[in-house]
Amino acid sequence: MKVLGISGSLRRESHNTQLLRAAAALLPPGAELEVWEDLKAVPPYDADDDTGEPRPGILRSLDAAVREADVVLLATPEYNHSIPGQLKNALDWLSRPLAASPLRNKPVAVIGASTGLFGAVWAQAELRKSLAAIGARVVDRELPVGLAAEAFTDEGRLADPELELALADLLAELRGEVPQAAAAR
Amino acid sequence: MTTAVQQDLPAATWALDSMHSTVGFALKYMVGTYRASFERFDVTLDTTGEQPRLSGSVAPDSIDVKDEHFHAHLQAPDFFDTERHPAITFESTAWRLEGDELAVEGNLTIKGDTRPVTARGELTPPHEDPFGGTRLGITLEAVVDRTHFGIDWNNPLPKGGLALANDVKLHVDLQLVKS
Repeated sequence: MKVLGISGSLRRESHNTQLLRAAAALLPPGAELEVWEDLKAVPPYDADDDTGEPRPGILRSLDAAVREADVVLLATPEYNHSIPGQLKNALDWLSRPLAASPLRNKPVAVIGASTGLFGAVWAQAELRKSLAAIGARVVDRELPVGLAAEAFTDEGRLADPELELALADLLAELRGEVPQAAAAR
Repeated sequence: MTTAVQQDLPAATWALDSMHSTVGFALKYMVGTYRASFERFDVTLDTTGEQPRLSGSVAPDSIDVKDEHFHAHLQAPDFFDTERHPAITFESTAWRLEGDELAVEGNLTIKGDTRPVTARGELTPPHEDPFGGTRLGITLEAVVDRTHFGIDWNNPLPKGGLALANDVKLHVDLQLVKS
């Protein structure tokens, strides 16, 4: 099973990228997580630039990465109680045209970390709402990792065993959305 | 005083004249009623047994809407999830006809959930048509709660309440030709 991870935070030392790495360690055998690291290069969505002509390479690469993945795992921080603009912007590109979006029927789960207490729960909820509107098969769960600066061990695992268990459960539910043949590959 | 009249239909199977039939629904959306219909469906009426049996299937991806993005959203897991549930089906379990008034009970399956429904309407008895055939007409309506079938999408209104109603009025207007 191919898992595409996208972190909504562009920062080099991002807690959300760290959370994706922690998730990678909890995947079932045979499953592999590839993190898409080019989010910063995505241009702003502009319908005038969305003409039906081939899109810039960065957008084609994003489209292909989603299309080739069996599932997508998004880790989002929370900016002003909502989704970081650059992550939402990437989804806006992926959503057009809606009938051909690589996210249509794609199993997707959302997790999130923040340095505050609440672990980006609002951003996660808004992200799930947008993904559902795009037509993804959204796992109806959240994984709020609060106080992110202290949430990881030196080995990169989640320090709280209950949270780690919840993340493993969420990944199992995500895997359950994948047809068996693809899940086994 | 009214007298119940159970009319006998000739023993036959009756096939759909799809060009002259309609399957659709209506529900409240914000300040009005949203109506839509489906392009592809099939219905059979079998009157060879002890009681008539009505069965039908609708392709939800054939919903006729005016915007391609809206059409795509309706195919998604938020609504009909047509990738996993390509058909809406109905199988009747009981048929009651009193005069022209028809009530049909049956099992309706939407998005993989099967529930009993009772639909009410009218039957127009068999008539000969100009093409050498014999046809009858059936109109039926039923109200179902879409959330019972896992269609839960909604949008909150700024001052409270929700944009889309749960109760959906289903309607069929069928012309069936004797095979």
